[in-house]
Amino acid sequence: MLIYTAKRILLAILVSLTVSALVFSLLYLSGDPATALAGERANEADILAIKAAYGFDQPVYVQYFKWLAGAVQGEFGNSVYFRLPVIDLITERLPVTMTLGVCAMAFALLLSIPLGVLAAMYPNSLIDRAALLLAVLGQALPSFWFALMLIVVFAYWFPILPASGSDSWEHFVLPTIVLGYYATPAFMRLTRTGLLDVLSSDYVRTARAKGLRPAKVLFKHALRNAIIPVVSLAAVQFGFMLTGSIIIETVFALHGAGFLAWESISRSDFPTVQAVLLLFSWFYIILTFLADLLNAWLNPRIRVA
Amino acid sequence: MNTTAPTTEQILGPTPGQILRRKIFGHRGIVIGGGIFLIIVLMAVLAPLIAPYDPYHQDLVARLVPPIWQDKGTWTHVLGTDQVGRDYLSRLIYGARISLMIGVMAALISGIIGTSMGVAAGYFGGKVDMVVTFLITCRLSLPVILVSLAVVAIVGGSLEMVILVLGLLLWDRYAVVMRASTQQIRSLDYIAAAQAAGCSTWYILAREILPNVMNQLIVVATLEFAHAVLLEAALSFLGLGVQPPLPSWGLMISEGRNYILFDAWLIAIPGSALFMMLLAVNLLGDGVRDVTVPENRA
Amino acid sequence: MTTTLSVENLRVSIPLSAGVLHAVRGISFEVAKGETLCLVGESGCGKSLTSLALMNLLPSRAKRDADRIEFDGTDLLGVGERGMARMRGNSMAMIFQEPMTSLNPAYTIGNQLEEGIRLHKGVSAREARERAVYLLEKVGITAAASRLTQYPHQLSGGLRQRVMIAMALMCGPDLLICDEPTTALDVTIQAQILHLIKDLQREFDMAVILITHDLGVVARVADRVAVMYAGEIIESGDVAEIFSRPTHPYTQGLLNCIPVPGKTRHGERLGTIPGIVPSMIGEMAGCAFANRCSYAQDICQQHVETHTVAPNHAVRCVRAEQVRTVAAGSLA
Ligand SMILES: Nc1ncnc2c1ncn2[C@@H]1O[C@H](COP(=O)(O)OP(=O)(O)O)[C@@H](O)[C@H]1O
Ligand SMILES: [Mg+2]
Repeated sequence: MLIYTAKRILLAILVSLTVSALVFSLLYLSGDPATALAGERANEADILAIKAAYGFDQPVYVQYFKWLAGAVQGEFGNSVYFRLPVIDLITERLPVTMTLGVCAMAFALLLSIPLGVLAAMYPNSLIDRAALLLAVLGQALPSFWFALMLIVVFAYWFPILPASGSDSWEHFVLPTIVLGYYATPAFMRLTRTGLLDVLSSDYVRTARAKGLRPAKVLFKHALRNAIIPVVSLAAVQFGFMLTGSIIIETVFALHGAGFLAWESISRSDFPTVQAVLLLFSWFYIILTFLADLLNAWLNPRIRVA
Repeated sequence: MNTTAPTTEQILGPTPGQILRRKIFGHRGIVIGGGIFLIIVLMAVLAPLIAPYDPYHQDLVARLVPPIWQDKGTWTHVLGTDQVGRDYLSRLIYGARISLMIGVMAALISGIIGTSMGVAAGYFGGKVDMVVTFLITCRLSLPVILVSLAVVAIVGGSLEMVILVLGLLLWDRYAVVMRASTQQIRSLDYIAAAQAAGCSTWYILAREILPNVMNQLIVVATLEFAHAVLLEAALSFLGLGVQPPLPSWGLMISEGRNYILFDAWLIAIPGSALFMMLLAVNLLGDGVRDVTVPENRA
Repeated sequence: MTTTLSVENLRVSIPLSAGVLHAVRGISFEVAKGETLCLVGESGCGKSLTSLALMNLLPSRAKRDADRIEFDGTDLLGVGERGMARMRGNSMAMIFQEPMTSLNPAYTIGNQLEEGIRLHKGVSAREARERAVYLLEKVGITAAASRLTQYPHQLSGGLRQRVMIAMALMCGPDLLICDEPTTALDVTIQAQILHLIKDLQREFDMAVILITHDLGVVARVADRVAVMYAGEIIESGDVAEIFSRPTHPYTQGLLNCIPVPGKTRHGERLGTIPGIVPSMIGEMAGCAFANRCSYAQDICQQHVETHTVAPNHAVRCVRAEQVRTVAAGSLA
């Protein structure tokens, strides 16, 4: 387990570095970042000033290492638009996104795992078919459109929930549903196929041959093994949910980090864009790292090597 | 005893082709998904013939005409008109072209990238495999939506740019799946036999490996097609995809947003089209997977 | 001797897309206390499904049907799933064909050994543990106490099968069903495991049903033998009788297939039975073996019945008497 952890940490660091280089180089896609930052109405002097201010006159690799060194310490420079330290903007917005992510994840898991279990226990039954239909329809539903339709129905036709804002818990209901439903089909399918596999496995037959009660067979012997892949998926999906929050927060005007990303992208506020992008990537890397550790820990083959 | 002579089918049983055809047409998902998809493709191909109006023609007098099922709907504009008086049905029909174009091109570009990487990793193993796996991990750590938004914002949005960006981003699943299936096939005896017989690497890859990973390739391609269509719509919706006045469905939803309160059909119609397209492709992909996996005992 | 298990006209069918697979076609047998019944037959003839049917552990699609299954005086057809659960692992236990996959990878050996006895006998954790250690030592596992905290992946196939045997014995069952317990293991371990089962049977005075396709095994451990072919028992009787005077042409063929020490010369070709096993889908008229049988006559295609050719020796063949005389002649 120790060796495994060490290897995994090394991989995570390498990936983080590569990703940071990619994120940094994004800015150079436009050719000259100073011109891009200065905007369309800028004159020569403005561009020169920006060059000096952001250090664009230095060699690229020097700029990269300076930026990276800053990033590791949580120092991303100032937002071009808000004229505030980027890190302050992000820490101010992050709680909203995290709340949304956690709620959506809870919603998705609470909906999909019981459905997946029921579908696997009664294959080809009505509930299995209903769950499958839900998954097929859910996968095809574009989230931004689903969000708008929910607003039409629940904020305008039957005005029981607010359409936008982030002041009370009610503002989180619709965004949670939209962000959560998106992960539901994958969780449900994985739970169902995993559990079906496990239920027809030899060791579940052994458990039944011992005379254990069906509930004990299901919860002790079957679910535990069937749920392991769901854990990995949950980590990956949580990362996806955070990026999905860009769309959801924009539609519902929830002032979280995703909304910040969209705002700064549409305002060409590149220091902020880079920071959000880098943080989201690092967050994803940490999540998958933790998921792998948890997985290893749940799986005695890796834990007790 | 039955005295009539048995037919060839009774003696030989159905041929593999017949079995496959029967499975395809007996599969509800494939029939429904394929049907819807065919309609959309026909719509896109025949757009100039079937669209009642020029999708870009503005008629400021006839703005926001409601669709036929609403009280003030008329047969002159079956699906109504938008905020600048363009015929909504015509825009919807032409919009299918954009979605299909983006889906096919992005799935193709990313397919070429991802398949080469995955097959190389699976076939050569060792260092190649390590590098590819590392690249996949890095790619997965970058959020597609954010990166494509940022890139389009920097280099400017256009149909070609969206295709390029998505094509360069969506190769991960191809690589993962192709790597796994190539590894599996490579371990089989006939590859070793081909190697022993002195077949060149290219020959083995082209004649032995690729045909055998084709089924999975098709399944992934449908998934990525749907993924690309969805992302284009989302990018356009956020104002950073294809640019007006192109009739992209995502853009139509975005333009209809200001009228969400009283003219919800403006977003309901293009959204439903998008939903149907994604549903059709997903059903097809699932169906292909069902039909091509060897019959299991479950 | 008291009868532990008696089965009458057991049938197992599985609906498939191509038709109904009748995997077990009305078989009857009995096992007494302290006795070993060997169920022999080629793979695919329905042995595993028979044993699973006894435990009512068939795959969910398979259907079980019987006139009577009586175990320790209880009618198993009438007890329902809860009643079966009370008996499984308690008074009737089973060892499976696949030692590598029959233990749950997520739990320790100790945990899996102890849960059954704690449920059925309500013993304390300590008593369960002691029993587990005792049985692990009994099945020849060294350092038994320390094994309890190990996980299945840390044990070899032979050790896992020993653990499975210990697990089956935890509650002291009256009937032990072993479904090809050694097929997945290598030869040296096979012999050890078989000895072990035989010893344990004597010690605990159990009824044992041992399933195998290996006649060499039968010769060593069986008291009585039932030979299965295409879902039917085509010959059954005492082991000495079956080996000395095999009567069904299929059994004769099988016995020609095994090398006999001293008799079979090195490199000599073993007998094989020409032809293929008929499909088990759909009903079958007449004798299932007729298409491969050198004694077959027209009547065999339409009719088959069981003859008792000697005390404790039944053969499912209309020409049993003739075959027996011919065979006796050729042996002499
Ligand atoms: N779950 C199942 N689904 C379909 N057919 C099965 C299943 N299990 C067994 N069979 C079929 O039933 C027959 C008997 O199987 P089995 O009892 O496992 O044979 P044996 O143990 O004698 O090798 C075989 O033809 C096998 O293919
Ligand atoms: Mg078997």
